[in-house]
Amino acid sequence: MDRPSSTTRTVPPGLTFPETTPLVVPTDAPAPGRARPALPLRREGPEKLTGEAKYADDLVFPGAWFGATIRSTEPRARLLEIQLDDAFDWKRVVVVTADDIPGDNIVSLIDTDQPVLVPVGGEIRHQAEPCALIAAPDRATLREAKRHVKLRTERLPAVFDPIEADREFAHYTVESGDAAAAMKEAALVIEGTYRVGHQEQLYIENQAMIAVPRDDGGVTVHGSLQCPYYVHKAMKRALNMGDELAVVVQAETGGGFGGKEEYPSVIALHASLLAMTCRRPVRMIYDRHEDISATTKRHPAVVRYRSGVSDTGELIAQEIEVIMDGGAYCTLTPVVLSRGVLHAGGPYRCPNVRITGRAMATNTPPNGAFRGFGAPQTEFAAEMQINRLAEALDASPLDLRRRWVYRQGDTTPTGQVLRESVAGIEVLEAAAEASAFDRAHAQTHSMREGRTDGARTATGIGLALAWHGAGFTGSGEVKLASVASLELTEDGRIRILTASTEMGQGTKTIFPQLVADTLGVEYDEVEIAPQDTSIVPDSGPTVASRTAMVVGGLLIRAAERMRARVEEATGRSFADAYRGAGPMRIDEQFVPYPGEPFDDKTYRGDAYPAFGWAACVVKLDVDLDTGEVAVRDCVAADDMGRVIHPVLAEGQIEGGTLQAIGYATIEEMKLVDGRYLNDRMATYLIPTSLDAPRIRSIIVEAPFSGAPHGAKGIGELPMDVGAPAVVAAIHDATGTWIHYLPATPERILAALTGGPMPPPPGISLEAPEPNSPPIEDLPPGGDEMPFRAPTDPGEPR
Amino acid sequence: MPNFVEPPIESPASLEQAYGLLRDGDGRPWRPLAGGTDVMVQITGEIGEPPARLLDIWAIDELRGIHVEDGALLIGALTTYTAIRRSDEVAGLVPVLAEAAATIGAAQIQNRGTLGGNVVNASPAGDTLPVLLAVDAEFVLGSSDGERTVPARSFWTGYRQTARHDHELLLRVRIPLLSGREVRFRKVGTRRAQAISKVVMALSWRVDGDAWTDVRLGLGSIAATPVRAPATEAALEGQAPTREAADAAAAALSAEIHPIDDVRSTADYRRAVAGRVLHRLIRDNGGW
Repeated sequence: MDRPSSTTRTVPPGLTFPETTPLVVPTDAPAPGRARPALPLRREGPEKLTGEAKYADDLVFPGAWFGATIRSTEPRARLLEIQLDDAFDWKRVVVVTADDIPGDNIVSLIDTDQPVLVPVGGEIRHQAEPCALIAAPDRATLREAKRHVKLRTERLPAVFDPIEADREFAHYTVESGDAAAAMKEAALVIEGTYRVGHQEQLYIENQAMIAVPRDDGGVTVHGSLQCPYYVHKAMKRALNMGDELAVVVQAETGGGFGGKEEYPSVIALHASLLAMTCRRPVRMIYDRHEDISATTKRHPAVVRYRSGVSDTGELIAQEIEVIMDGGAYCTLTPVVLSRGVLHAGGPYRCPNVRITGRAMATNTPPNGAFRGFGAPQTEFAAEMQINRLAEALDASPLDLRRRWVYRQGDTTPTGQVLRESVAGIEVLEAAAEASAFDRAHAQTHSMREGRTDGARTATGIGLALAWHGAGFTGSGEVKLASVASLELTEDGRIRILTASTEMGQGTKTIFPQLVADTLGVEYDEVEIAPQDTSIVPDSGPTVASRTAMVVGGLLIRAAERMRARVEEATGRSFADAYRGAGPMRIDEQFVPYPGEPFDDKTYRGDAYPAFGWAACVVKLDVDLDTGEVAVRDCVAADDMGRVIHPVLAEGQIEGGTLQAIGYATIEEMKLVDGRYLNDRMATYLIPTSLDAPRIRSIIVEAPFSGAPHGAKGIGELPMDVGAPAVVAAIHDATGTWIHYLPATPERILAALTGGPMPPPPGISLEAPEPNSPPIEDLPPGGDEMPFRAPTDPGEPR
Repeated sequence: MPNFVEPPIESPASLEQAYGLLRDGDGRPWRPLAGGTDVMVQITGEIGEPPARLLDIWAIDELRGIHVEDGALLIGALTTYTAIRRSDEVAGLVPVLAEAAATIGAAQIQNRGTLGGNVVNASPAGDTLPVLLAVDAEFVLGSSDGERTVPARSFWTGYRQTARHDHELLLRVRIPLLSGREVRFRKVGTRRAQAISKVVMALSWRVDGDAWTDVRLGLGSIAATPVRAPATEAALEGQAPTREAADAAAAALSAEIHPIDDVRSTADYRRAVAGRVLHRLIRDNGGW
């Protein structure tokens, strides 16, 4: 493979993991997935390319009705009555309210606080909250019916700022040493408060679900989703169904990024309730506007950070307070906060650390999973601190990291000893070398020194480093107890059975790779069963960069057992013998990785089985007239353990890096009265190909011995590191630190000129601007708001 | 199956047929449908009232084309942005119009979207409209009563309102050709393509010795309509493009406009950036 932008390096074994147990695969054999062919084409690629792939909205169910959701339009209120206007003939449609829910009125996840539908008398807690459902035989009838429903409510006071909120979803403390005492001893202390806003996943396919009632009283849902068994669990609880009655089938899924981790449970319950009521299939396919308005976003966060450095130049103290905005309901917020807290110190050795985290409830739509899952928020703050410390110490940001980054044998704030696969220094050096960081940094520095008054643009270079815990926390994987299965069918086919979903990241390609190589057969000889809860076991959710490492590891072990069993029974090689050796099924269940168990109460122990490591160097230009940022060049070095498919891995690095650049520069949800103002693709903008820099991906491989194939996971890692690199480069160009994400031109120009700073990200404005119309009156296309009339004296604000 | 009820639509083959339909006395206004890049977003009724009925004028070829006549560049209302970008006449006579057309949407939008549509849709953020203001364009409207001409500066009468009557069609845009006229354009958007502008401006002038005359400044996204900036124009009129003139013009502009905060940007930013971009345009031509 000749791809000039990609470099793969293997860390010399003697350097980083001398005392670990050897990989299960003999060192003279190719690693699983690397044997032959090294880079198979995507399993589902041809169908997607030719348009044959069936996404939820492509699925045809004769006689299906169309479903819609009646949502609140206030951030907080008491629901007094659902009024059905007599002017409409309600026999033409079906209407579902909370009274029609056969089981508990709960969207089952971590907590039980979120109702499927707000009951009459219940509390509406956000602007897009589902209160009733309608299904109709056609869309025109559905639209007409929707217009004849009114919610009578009593408005209640709403809270928008997590700092002012009093309802808490979770809190954690991580403590090692005595941070307060050490801070007093520090020769240099740097403090900062950092705020980051919402981010929308903007998967290419909107949320979609079709529920089909069955004769046995059960319901099968087909939808766009990441976690079939999350939906399954939610259906059992709210629909009062047993394991077999609720069936969840993943349709081809057009992206997720975490956005299809928890929300599909909501839409599946809605579609199911309607289908059970009208006794026909019901399609609920969100349009983009509804999808952005109602579904989960990345959590906004406030991070207050204090770092202390000794007179000998060591990082000796960190005091960190993290406040996340969970939105109106719990969803996955405690786990997001947990990951944010566990990553908040950054990848640096520090003996005295105190990290506290709180997640608070506000009257905004619930926030949830998004690639990085709490870590991008806190690691932005951590890297801002390191870069500001480098400035205060007059040290190179590269040298300071070389000095402080975790090495093998170091201990993290939870007391986890980093025994192996510690590649922070390798990714740092790889990115520094490929970007010629020292030379480029010196150049931009002298350009800044020599800049004259009328300069049009300023060039800057920025560096950031990150770590990302692989998979769930230690205790999380133990609780999941995932199962992956491998089947040899009676007619001699090899079939993978897992609930791990394909959403564009490559699950359906790497699993057959791993199994084929372990069995010694060709890639095409291994099939993968549909992600259907009536067929596949619960392999846990497809999240947390855990699929390659955890479920991939289970499949390799299952394949090892199957191969051994067939070869022992037949005395021949598996490849020769397997066609007549079935039927056989091997179920492999997760067993904990070696290490100290993680204690959820004390937050001590091995937080994650291993960490991935990432460094990013960004070069950009700032337009000094407008504050616009053009990211020109980016070097991303990522260690994900042993790589299974380099092309797919590189795709993850490039995609994650670009998503991080959007987070850093332009992606901002604006809220008024708790409602997303820019809830359309015309107004919520992400980078286009013209905004994308050249991205040079460097793959660093520091294998993890706990997984049989040495993989750690890559999906989220690049998301953690891009934004602080961008903001460091903006500082390098202009000399000004932007403490808020995104670093929009509005914020940059205000910082450069001393003008008024726009409001912080993630906080809703209390009420509509006096001269602004309600959003329903937005001009067609949603492309603009009316402007103050030119004759208006328009006092400057 | 579409997710909406299609409004009734007629597709006249000639202007006469179109004029007749526009006068049909039905009482419901026709919405002219050209490339559809704005109308098709509105047609679902998802945002506000959908058009009551559509007059599809796409087949009326006499509304297409670019040519020079009587010292003016005439551009048919149905001329697409792509056609404008490819036109030798535009490149030679008003190249800034091609520059503005290139900033609109993506290739697909430029293939369908038309100059006439941009004018009649009357968005304050329409990217060609500041150029049309800066070059003193005129809009020729037609109906069964005949033709009449409205100058660009009096065409947009209020937010999303124009001087076009319901029974009229925009036929063409007329740009007078002046010798020695220079025009500069700058759009500030959220990203480098497919972005609606935060501030968009076009500045034109003629050189008389050292001094600039006939200065025109057209702006978008800073008021309820595309606007000229008369106080700023006056500050520049008769001046050479010096630093002092640029400072004075930028200050005049920031004082003259009253943008608002909206979903795309803030009033403070728009006011500041309008002045700074204007300053840059003057500086680039002053050579200092």
